[in-house]
Amino acid sequence: MISIKNLHKSFGDLEVLKGVDLEIDKGEVVVVIGPSGSGKTTLLRCLNLLEMPTSGSILLNGHLADFSKKVQKKDIDTFKRETGMVFQHYNLFPHKTALENVMEGPVIVKNIPKEKARKKAVNLLEKVGLGDKLDFYPFQLSGGQQQRVGIARALAMEPQVMLFDEPTSALDPELVGEVLQVMKDLANEGMTMVVVTHEMRFAQEAGNEVIFMDGGKIVERNKPSELFTNPKEERTRQFLNLLT
Amino acid sequence: MKMYLNNIFADPERVQKLMDIAISSLRPLLEGTILYTIPLTLLSFLFGIILAVLTALARLSPSKLLQIIARVYVSAIRGTPLLVQLFILFFGLPTIGIIIDPFPAAIVGFSLNVGAYASEIIRAAILSIPKGQWEAAHTIGMNYSQTLKRIILPQAARVSIPPLSNTFISLVKDTSLASVILVTEMFRRAQQIASANYEFLLVYIEAALIYWVVCFILSIIQDRIEQRLDRYVAKR
Repeated sequence: MISIKNLHKSFGDLEVLKGVDLEIDKGEVVVVIGPSGSGKTTLLRCLNLLEMPTSGSILLNGHLADFSKKVQKKDIDTFKRETGMVFQHYNLFPHKTALENVMEGPVIVKNIPKEKARKKAVNLLEKVGLGDKLDFYPFQLSGGQQQRVGIARALAMEPQVMLFDEPTSALDPELVGEVLQVMKDLANEGMTMVVVTHEMRFAQEAGNEVIFMDGGKIVERNKPSELFTNPKEERTRQFLNLLT
Repeated sequence: MKMYLNNIFADPERVQKLMDIAISSLRPLLEGTILYTIPLTLLSFLFGIILAVLTALARLSPSKLLQIIARVYVSAIRGTPLLVQLFILFFGLPTIGIIIDPFPAAIVGFSLNVGAYASEIIRAAILSIPKGQWEAAHTIGMNYSQTLKRIILPQAARVSIPPLSNTFISLVKDTSLASVILVTEMFRRAQQIASANYEFLLVYIEAALIYWVVCFILSIIQDRIEQRLDRYVAKR
C-alpha cells in the first residue's frame, strides 16, 4: 500500500528526516512513537505531501512520487485524494456546522449532489456517535466531539489511508477514550492507518506495528507486544522508561 | 456669537424665515443624498472591495511582480491626497484627451482609494486565519481558489467587518469632496443653496446632520452584520 524509500526532509538547514524507509501493507495499523522533534509528524505530513520531501520517493497505492524531480500538481492531488488526515487541533471549519464540515469535500471537490452527500455525511456522523449534533457549530462541541467530526470529514472523501497526527494530544483526559474508540472501530474495519500518538494503550490494542523514531530516523519497528515489552534498541528502552 | 443668537430669537420673523429655509432646503439636500451621495458611496465601496481583495491576494501571492504592482498601487494612493487624485482624474486627464463625466470620475477616484486602504485590512484578516484551515482544506482536496472562497474569505470577512466599517463611514463623508469636481451630491447642493440665501451656518449644519444620520444608520447595519457573522463564535 505504501512504500517509502530513503525519504529526506529539510527545513532550511535543519534536516528533520534523515533517510526513512518504510513499508506499510493494506489494512495495517502503524503507530509511530518517539520524542518530540524526532520527525514523526513531519513523516506523516510528507505522506500526503502537506510537506514536500527534499529527496527520496513514496509509492502510495500504485502512485509514485519521486522527489528527485519536481512533483507534478496532478500527483499532489492524487496523494491528497488517497489520504485522509486528522489533525491534533482538529482544524474544523468554524463557520460551518458539523454536517457542513463533513459535506464540504464531497460536494465541492467531488461534485457529489448535495442530497446524496448529505445522506452520506449523516451516516458518517452517526458512525462516530454524533448523529444528534449535525447542526452544531464546532464551538458548541467538546474537543472529543470536534475530533470525531474531523475523522468523519476525512472519511467522507473515501481515502485509502488515514493519517492521524496526535489526534488525542489536545484533549482533556476524559475525552480521549471516545476518539480512540472511533479509531479502533476504523482499524477493525480494515482501514490502513498511520497514527502518530503517545497513547501506548491504543498502540497495544489496535496497532499491528509500532515504529520508534528518533533523530529523523526509524530506530526500531516491531509488533506492539514485542516492542513494548522487549525493545531491541537502547534508545527505545530509554524512551519507554520515560513514559512509565 | 452671543449677539447673533440674541438677534435671532429677538426677531420672530427671522426665526420664521430660518425655519422656512431649513425646511425648503431639506428636499434638495435629501435628493442629493439619495441620488448621488448614497449611490456614489455604495458603488465605490463595492468596486473598492473587489479591488481590495485582488490587491490583498496579489500582495500575498508568491509572484514578485504581482507583489510589486500591489505595493506601488497602495503606496501611491495612500501617499497622495484624495482631493489631488480627484483633480487629476477630472481636470487632468481631459488635457490628454480622456474625458470622464463627474459621476464616473468620482466613482473611479473613490474606488481606487477604498481599494488601497481596504486591501491592507483584508490582507491582515486573511493572515489572521490559522494555517491549519488551509491545510485542512487541502487535505480534503480543495484547491487554492476553493479554499479561499469557501474557507478563508468567509472567516476573514468576520474579522474585517469593524475596520471595513471605518473605511465605509469615512467614504460616506469623503464623497463630499466630489462637490469640487461638480458632482451634484448633497454637499454641493448645500453650497448652492447657501450661496443663494447666505444662510451658511444653517445650511451647513443641516448638511452635517444628514451625514451624521446616514453614518448612524450605517453603524446600526454594521452591528447587525457583526451579530450575524458572529453566530459561529463562542459568546464572550
